[in-house]
Amino acid sequence: MQHVSPIREPLVTGGKTYHDITEDVCRQVEAGPNPRWAAALAVSLVGLAIFFYSVYRTLWFGIGEWGLNRTVGWAWDITNFVWWVGIGHAGTLISAVLLLFRQKWRSSINRAAEAMTIFAVICAAMFPVLHMGRPWLAYWVLPLPNTFGSLWVNFNSPLLWDVFAISTYFSVSLVFWYIGLIPDFATIRDRAVGPIARRAYSILSMGWTGSAKAWSRYETVSLILAGVATPLVLSVHTIVSMDFATSVIPGWHTTIFPPYFVAGAIFSGFAMVLTLMIITRKVFHLENYITLEHIESMNKVIITTGSIVGVAYTTEFFIAWYSGVEYESYAFLNRAFGPYWWAYWSMMTCNVITPQLFWFRTIRRSLTATFIISIFVNIGMWFERFVIIVTSLHRDYLPSSWAMFSPTIIDVGIYVGTIGLFFTLFFLFVKFFPVVNMAEVKAILKSSSEVTHTHADTMHGTDKDLNTNTHHRHE
Amino acid sequence: MNKKFVLGIYDDEDVLLHAIETIRATGTKIYEVFSPYPIHGIDDVLGIKRSRLPIVAFFGGLTGMSFALWMQIWMLGFDWPMIIGGKPHIALPSFIPVTFELTVLFAAFSMVIVFFIVTNLKPSMRVNVFDKRSTDDKFVMAIEVKEGVTDLSALNKLLRSNGAVEVNEKEVIK
Repeated sequence: MQHVSPIREPLVTGGKTYHDITEDVCRQVEAGPNPRWAAALAVSLVGLAIFFYSVYRTLWFGIGEWGLNRTVGWAWDITNFVWWVGIGHAGTLISAVLLLFRQKWRSSINRAAEAMTIFAVICAAMFPVLHMGRPWLAYWVLPLPNTFGSLWVNFNSPLLWDVFAISTYFSVSLVFWYIGLIPDFATIRDRAVGPIARRAYSILSMGWTGSAKAWSRYETVSLILAGVATPLVLSVHTIVSMDFATSVIPGWHTTIFPPYFVAGAIFSGFAMVLTLMIITRKVFHLENYITLEHIESMNKVIITTGSIVGVAYTTEFFIAWYSGVEYESYAFLNRAFGPYWWAYWSMMTCNVITPQLFWFRTIRRSLTATFIISIFVNIGMWFERFVIIVTSLHRDYLPSSWAMFSPTIIDVGIYVGTIGLFFTLFFLFVKFFPVVNMAEVKAILKSSSEVTHTHADTMHGTDKDLNTNTHHRHE
Repeated sequence: MNKKFVLGIYDDEDVLLHAIETIRATGTKIYEVFSPYPIHGIDDVLGIKRSRLPIVAFFGGLTGMSFALWMQIWMLGFDWPMIIGGKPHIALPSFIPVTFELTVLFAAFSMVIVFFIVTNLKPSMRVNVFDKRSTDDKFVMAIEVKEGVTDLSALNKLLRSNGAVEVNEKEVIK
């Protein structure tokens, strides 16, 4: 028997039973395509077409199709790479860190958030691979023998650490996600009517029966995977930040980078989770599972990490002055007041100011406001990476080589294209996979649904007034 | 050989847990319990031992760590030593990230592979689900029927008196 304080808000509303959960989640998998879903997928496919065209141009004509120049050798590609990897981090945070902290509200959003992680990492991986110029030689990043044609890879390079970090992160996240999906695939298999669906979900569910022994092992595996995924997710963005921090470029060579990047990653990731969940709950009528309580909890994470990021920006600026290093001070003054001032102030507005609105309860619980702010945060975090990368590079130690960067249409095409790729994958996921983790939501139903809460009111006679008041306040 | 089972169907986890305790106390052997979600506390009442999968993960991680260190030290320190950035050939601090990643990778994958093997999870069309509702909203307790030994009507009564909403019989073709 689990006990949950009656003061806590219910996590599942609408008086749902176990069977209702199955019905509500399986509906979009079993029913024909929803017209709104089909329209959304069509738009994403246009984005995907743009992606393929831009990739074709890049591969056929070379990296010269991008706006990079001698001074700014890294620009949109690495900006987009860091942006996508960062977005992925919220999924692991929800599925792993919140599992270790026993946060029950993660149950209904972890499936979609983890799917987001996997798709975001796929998008991220496109950029370094395309930037290689000859992506068909991408396997050269692996430690292959000298006789193969090149020397051993350089294990002192953060770029190589990235190869190991991102591929480990991707594969562990994929496995974690898939293990969570197995019991839900079994539910769909046992309900399937058509022979194709039954066949497909039988294979996907790996013969899962839900025996007590299997569940016991399942829980152990989830816990250990969460335990290893937690330091893993921190290591990934730490290593991404070291791509910059181990160099000697002013504005990059700072020890604050690892925690600052990790906080930023979680910040942007939660914004993307909110953007996606607000749409998904609306389109698939999941309001009883992804409640305002869930939205509010995520907004609290946003305000925390947003504030950490704000402190990091200020600290960087202070240290640039306090260090007395001429180049460092110039790099920061140039960021805020140089030719890219607009990017810097967009970043400051979107990342530092807008999330502070979440101190107001009404804004935290407003879907429209949350949706708009989440978009702002996504934009702000993209600008953060752009500011760090381009403003540090475009005016280096040698004023004669100073230059400006402007993206070409192909740069824009690849970026927009990966958004198309991401949403194509996400929309296919919501149609064919159970978008809410049914087993986990059923597991918390008895302790955290509205029904139980009403029971608690009658059971604890003396607390009754208090409980009723709490509920009124929330409604 | 065909096996016969009596299935007690429950619709509440707490009733089920209580029923398992009472039924096991009578000396009846429970073959298996199927549920739509993991029930906390069921391991104790069913007498399921703690899984040893964490040990697999630990040794997997240890293997990954040793392998990663050996690989980097051998490649850059012995097989083809090069001076990179004025650092020693075996620059341990910069080998840590890759070592950490491979530790995690090996720990996770060794455990997951063993989990799939011991739980007998494999892509298969033949699934032995006793009652299809057990992946939806019902909890199913299966008790094996031994010809001539098991008293069916007594078993039926025992299950029902412990809160089973339905009692069915099921034959499984092996």
